[in-house]
Order: sequence, then structure tokens, then C-alpha cells
Amino acid sequence: MTSTTAAPAAAPRLKGRPGKGRRGKAGWNVLGLLVFVVMGFPVYWMLNTAFKPAKDAIDPNPQFFPGTFTLENFRRAFDVADFWGPVARSLAVSSVVVVIGIVVGMLAALAISRFAFRGRKIVIVGILAIQMVPLVAMIIPVFLLLNEFGQYDRITGLIITYLTFVLPFTVWTLRGFIVNIPKELEEAAMVDGCTRTGAFVRVVFPLLAPGMVATSVYGFIQAWNEYLYALMLMSQQNQTATVWLGNFTTKHGTEYAPMMAGATMMAVPIVILFLLVQRKMAAGLTAGAVKG
Amino acid sequence: MSAAETTTAKVPPTRPSPTPRTGPEVPGKPARKPSAGGAAVPWVLLAPCLLVLVLVMGYPLVRLVTLSFQSFGKSELWGFKEAEWVGLKNFTAVLGDGEFWAVVVRTIVFTVGAVTLTMVLGMVIALLMQRVSGWVKALISIALVASWGMPIIVATAIFKWIFDTDYGVLNWLLSKLPGVDMGGHNWFASGPQGLAVIMLLVVWGAVPFVVITLSAGLTQVPKEMEEAARLDGAGAWGVFRWVTLPILKPLLVMLTTLSVIWDMGVFPQVFVMRGGNPEAEFQLLTTYSYQKAFVVNDYSGGSAIALVTVLLLLGVVAVYMRQMLKIGEVE
Repeated sequence: MTSTTAAPAAAPRLKGRPGKGRRGKAGWNVLGLLVFVVMGFPVYWMLNTAFKPAKDAIDPNPQFFPGTFTLENFRRAFDVADFWGPVARSLAVSSVVVVIGIVVGMLAALAISRFAFRGRKIVIVGILAIQMVPLVAMIIPVFLLLNEFGQYDRITGLIITYLTFVLPFTVWTLRGFIVNIPKELEEAAMVDGCTRTGAFVRVVFPLLAPGMVATSVYGFIQAWNEYLYALMLMSQQNQTATVWLGNFTTKHGTEYAPMMAGATMMAVPIVILFLLVQRKMAAGLTAGAVKG
Repeated sequence: MSAAETTTAKVPPTRPSPTPRTGPEVPGKPARKPSAGGAAVPWVLLAPCLLVLVLVMGYPLVRLVTLSFQSFGKSELWGFKEAEWVGLKNFTAVLGDGEFWAVVVRTIVFTVGAVTLTMVLGMVIALLMQRVSGWVKALISIALVASWGMPIIVATAIFKWIFDTDYGVLNWLLSKLPGVDMGGHNWFASGPQGLAVIMLLVVWGAVPFVVITLSAGLTQVPKEMEEAARLDGAGAWGVFRWVTLPILKPLLVMLTTLSVIWDMGVFPQVFVMRGGNPEAEFQLLTTYSYQKAFVVNDYSGGSAIALVTVLLLLGVVAVYMRQMLKIGEVE
């Protein structure tokens, strides 16, 4: 399949010029389909493995199109370790982190995007710099500190730690959305008799709402997907959803088919959430970079 | 031609304002001055954020620095002993260790490889998406968003499965090629090959963000300018080199720095791929610091390595910061 599609791709590529008639377009389309197949294959293979009988998954001649459809792997995934406990914990941690992040981040984003004040630049640089510190570099002191404050293996401890990466990101992204809202709108409202707060609540806030939703969802996904802190700061019986996926690997090997079923359950809701906000997010993440 | 290049390089592409739904259309001024408010107001707004950041970030960071100048092991962790100041001992030990330098070199090679692959593939796919039919574009977008949104841990599990020695689909596929027998090939038997697989995994997850961002940037490239360059005799490469690239430059700088930061921070991919215990050949700075701290129980040694990693990153970040500060000035 792939070998036949790759061959005709070479001919139009030599021409190099876009939009050269139907043949050129067809060549680009073939290349594009190749990209689609390669990029999409891992996702397809996860679904493919998840829905076929576990013994077919270890067939030396794997089937590309599942013949028998089964939910057995999902049943096994629920059995291997408690599923809903970790999911509930992940949900709780991610939601609380996002709510705190959005409220606190919103105020800070307003300050750095709508006010001129001494030290503003330092604050911006600080918030950016903090985002640069890799999580792994922080795990040692964070682990020791939570230990000392009796927050090891506590959901509150995990929430506090997750703020380290969700909050700076929220501030920076919201700032990107705010600077894209023309200041003149606020000023017009103030001329018409609104107070500064009133102008914000009535004019800016409604325009900002989609950006805030996108930022919340993205922050939620980040918190949900976090692995290292969840692994290090929570014990086995208090694990979160990402760590739960490790239960399929024991010293006897990995149960791949149920693991792919578990992976599907974890990934599909997140990918759908992501699909809803990605357009807005891509704009938000880069808004700050190309526009002040 | 050259005049066009110099002007475009300086003017950042303007982005269509997503907002003009309610109020009247307001022409966006490029240089908007923040309004002068009461001096205290911004600080009041910032206070909660700064407070949280100092508590959750500042304090551990300070602790990271102090730890790296102390001796802190298991007995200190359990409180049997007070941490002792040892000056630069941790750093001399780390920097004098040949293994550490091997890890540094491996990390740099890994990062440069992953970032280069990500950026080149991202650029190529973004350009390709401009040339394909609508339905192909939609298909590629779906694949991109699916891999972008995929939790890293799930992606790692999938790659581990695809590259599995006995039942992995890749070995089977490769063996279909004439003259190739990859049945039972262990991709993780050697460090370089295993890290190449991990690099692919990282790139697979990182390309979508680059493609989507660059695609947005490409829509800002004025068609007239491309036309003009073509009339002046520029080929496809010339148009890309002299028109597209200068306009995308700010975006490319940002994406590259972000990629460097993210790829140097790669941890779960290696950690999970190697079953929570990466072999010496697989150690990157992140896993190395982790192992020093939590496997060997030398928390201060691990901190010293983490600190060196952060300092290394700072060099890269300085470039990014300059770019970001320029934006601050434009405001």
C-alpha cells in the first residue's frame, strides 16, 4: 500500500512549482496522504489493538484491519487496577488547578497587558523565565518540601505543585488574548460612562470568554497529562490516571492489548477536548510572539 | 527584492483581530501604549499570582540551589542528621565525572537532532498543506491534532508497542521488504538506536504544534510579494528563501527556542520506555539527575546536575528572552 503510493510522488516533486495543473496537485495530494498515514498510524494502531482479541494482538502476522471486534480488552483494563479512583483524582486535581490558575492568572494577565507600571518588564521576564525551568529540575526540592510539610501523597500537595506549570502558562496565554482586544473598545465604553471595572466586565470579558475557555481546557489537559510529579508525589494506592497506565507492565511483561484499551480510554476524551480548542489555542500560544 | 526583504523582516505579520463582533471595527494600531493607571492597581492585581509563584516556584528553586551546596542523602531525608554545607564539592564531583560529560554530549545530540527534525518536518508539512486539496488538508489536520493532543504517556505506550521486539508491527512491516529480516529485532538493545526511537516519538508529538503555528504564519505571507519575486525570476526555492522565510523568522525563532526547552526536558518518554530504569546508555541530563537523587539517594548531587541543566538551558533561553523583550518594547 505505502510502496505504491510513494512511487508517483517523486515525479511532480521534481517540478517543484506549486499549482502546476492537475498533475501537480495530484502529486502533492499523494505526498499529503503519505503524511496523513505516517502521522496517523500510531493512533490507528492503538485503536486497532484495543479492539481486537488479545491473542490476535500477538499474532506474528498482525492484521491491519481488525477481523473480530471485541471489548474484552476494556474489561481486562478495568480489572487490572482500580480505574475510576485514579480518574476521579486526576479530574479533581486538574479542575482545581485550572480554576485557581484562571482566576489568579486572569488578574495578573490584566495587570501586565493593560497597565503601565514600573517593574512590568521584570514581571514579564520572570513569568517567562519560570516557564523555562524544566519540571524535572524541580522534582527534587519539591519532593523534599512536600515531605517536610506533610503533603506527600496528598492531593493538595499535587495541586500546589501543578500550579508551577499551569499558572505561568495561563498568565502568558491570557495576556496574548487580551492584547488582541482593541483597547479602544474599552475606552469607548468609558467615554460612554462606564467605570474601568464596568468597561472590563461589559466589553472585554465577553470578548475574552472564548480565549479563557480555550486556556482552561488546555491547562486542564496539561495537568491531566502530567506524569512525573504524579508518579513521585503520590503513592501507589493514590495514583492518578497517567500513572495508572503503568499497571499493565509487570515483571512478567506487558499486556499490550489491554494497555491499548486503557490508553484509548485515557486519550480519546482528551483528544476530543483538544479538538474543540486547538484552533483558538494555536492562535493564543503565538499571539504574544507576533503581536504585542 | 532586497528592499522588500528588509521591510518585511522588521514588520511582524499582523494577525486579523478575532474580536470585532460587537463594537465598531477599530483599526489596530501597531504601537499601543498601556494606559497610565493608579500605580498600586497593577500590583494589587499581580499580588495573588506573585504570591503563589514565590511559594510554589521560588521557594523550591532556592532550595534547589542550597541543596546543591549541601550533603543531603537518606539520613538527612529521614531527619536523622542535619544537612551539612559542603561548598562546591557536589559540583566538582559532578563536573569531574566522565559519565556526566557523556550524558551532556548525549543530551545535546538528542536535543539538536529532535529540534532539527521537528522544525524541518514542521516546515515541510506546513508548506505541503498549502498545496494539497481541501480534503487532504482536512485529513492531515485530523492526524496532527490527534497526535498533538495525545497524552505523552499514552504516546510512549503506543510507540513501545509498535517497536516491540517480538510482536511489534514495525519489525513485521520491515521484514516484508525484500531482503530484510527484522523479526525479533530489539530496538532498545543499543543506546543510540533506542534513543533514535525515542527521538521519533518526541518529534511525532512536537511536529503538530509547529505545523499549525507555521500554517497560521504562512497565511500572512502576501501573495503579491511572492508574485513579484517570481516575476523577478525567483524559483520555488528563491521565493521561500527570500520572501517566506524572512516573514516567518520571528515565529521560527520562537518555535525553535520552545522546542529546545521542551526537548531538553524530555523525561517520561525515556523513563517509561525503559521501564522506569534507563540503562547508562539511555541517560539524558533529566533522567541522570533523577537517578542520582531517587535511585542513588544522593539528593544534593542530583540537585547539582539539575542546576547545571538549568544553566545550560539559560543560554538558549537568553535568545528567546531577547525576542520576547522586543515585543514588550513594541507594546
